Amino acid sequence: MLEGIFVEGLIFAVMAMGILISYRILDIADLTCDGSVATGAAVAAMCITAGWSIPLAMLMAFLSGIICGLVTAAIHNHLHLPGLLAGILTMTMLYSVNLRILGNKANVPLVRVNTMYDWFRSGLSFLPPSAASLIGTLVIVLVIKVLFDLFFRTDLGVSIGALGGNEQVVISLGMNPSVLKYIGLGLSNGLIALSGGMLAQYQGFADANLGQGMVVQGLAAIMLGEFLFRTNRISLITLRVILGSIIYKGLMFLGRRYGYLVGITPNDFKLLTGLLVIISLIVASTRTKFAEGKARKDAVQRVMQGGKDA
Amino acid sequence: MLDIKHVTKVFFPGTANEKVALEDINLHIDKGDVVSVIGSNGSGKSTLFNMIAGTFPVTAGTISLDGKDITHLPEYKRAFEIGRIFQDPTKGTSANMSIQDNLLLSMKKGMRGIRFSLTNEKKEMFRSLIEPVGLQNRLEDNVGLLSGGQRQALTLIMACLSNPKLLLLDEHTAALDPGNARIVMDLTEKAISDGQYTAIMITHNMQFAIEFGNKLIMMDEGKIILEVSGEEKKKLTVPDLIQRFKQIRNKDFASDEELLTEGD
Repeated sequence: MLEGIFVEGLIFAVMAMGILISYRILDIADLTCDGSVATGAAVAAMCITAGWSIPLAMLMAFLSGIICGLVTAAIHNHLHLPGLLAGILTMTMLYSVNLRILGNKANVPLVRVNTMYDWFRSGLSFLPPSAASLIGTLVIVLVIKVLFDLFFRTDLGVSIGALGGNEQVVISLGMNPSVLKYIGLGLSNGLIALSGGMLAQYQGFADANLGQGMVVQGLAAIMLGEFLFRTNRISLITLRVILGSIIYKGLMFLGRRYGYLVGITPNDFKLLTGLLVIISLIVASTRTKFAEGKARKDAVQRVMQGGKDA
Repeated sequence: MLDIKHVTKVFFPGTANEKVALEDINLHIDKGDVVSVIGSNGSGKSTLFNMIAGTFPVTAGTISLDGKDITHLPEYKRAFEIGRIFQDPTKGTSANMSIQDNLLLSMKKGMRGIRFSLTNEKKEMFRSLIEPVGLQNRLEDNVGLLSGGQRQALTLIMACLSNPKLLLLDEHTAALDPGNARIVMDLTEKAISDGQYTAIMITHNMQFAIEFGNKLIMMDEGKIILEVSGEEKKKLTVPDLIQRFKQIRNKDFASDEELLTEGD
């Protein structure tokens, strides 16, 4: 049971890393996520049920996400629509596309086929099945994290970071910001779809409604992580995202397990997630205000003491 | 070097807000020239810079740099040869990145690949580059933590790292206090003489305009109304400049009055 939280949290962390690219690194509120996570799940599920190998299915999920991101970036770059609206457009269109991919069904089960998790369980048969799932997921997520960290330390990755901080800088350096947005949003949604592909295999089905509210959940995870420690190093930022995702899934687990004691049902989870984001923002801003207030008090005290001395 | 021919810029053409920001500007700048541009608010100085840098397209006219027509080149492509520093210290650097990452990015122009360029030698080089500004121990700090003067000095260092053919300084000391403005100004003059850059600087500070460079341009209402260079510029003083500014502006007012009476 407890392993389940960690596995779900780790899969979720891959998606949160995708959201980290758009929301924190590029500074674009990209809602494509709600569509592309389901696209990834659908593509992976259809590939696996069609008998393709699992790595190939995962690659296809990743690529399908990249395409979703490129569509959003194209709308944003060429029609000069704000990123938010471009993402909503793609997300809305993706709902129909996802139903098409799933063969006009809302739900495709992954029964009587081998998934990544059957792999882990047979490959790590000396471990109990739930532990094998956890170790397998952990290894995959860590590989993704390391690749992610390395990419954002390359010249290209640093440039994408610069774009989010200040578009003029990137232009001044002779780079076309549109190209960087294509790359950034493509990668972001690629990771999100990959996470969708992993999730479909873990829960044993792909669902067209899988993505509903995912952006907000991802933001909640990122913000929870940001409470843990302060850093500007990418490797620690991604670590923070992974920890935040696990904490988020842990909180949701507690809500499911003990929520009935205070009358909370799974129907309330979307509301609670939204409130969690709002509370995170309030706590973060009060922390800043508190620090400012303290600085002011210290300054006044210094002035008073200076007065005494004189 | 830089040739601006008959450049006109009209904002919002065909609407009630139509405004002629530049009117038939002709300007030639030789390699190694250092030009200061003065003029009141709304005289077209910044628009001229935006035209040279390519932020907005020109309405008519041509701009060429080193014999190459750049009139229709997008801003990011012109940036290969033109370095620009803005009045706003936050515009030239990326606040959410460390000083070393900012410096690393500015070492060359153009799209980047999947390569790790940050080596210990580069860090050493960066350290010596920013030592004159006293930042040598803060390579890993985010640029957002620096003061306006420090950021502007860093922007200057970054702009010069890629050896631009032309340096555009857009009132780059105007947002700083007098002390910091002087420091950044001295750094600018040193950088220009060390790198032998061609540079154009907009300023509201007439003293800076007189001290700086070998050429001075005064703009008013979208036109270049005064061009002084060489020996004549060396003899200029601030009262001189104000006198000439008033003379030319009075004449303008007079002609405006004529226009108005004619309308009646």
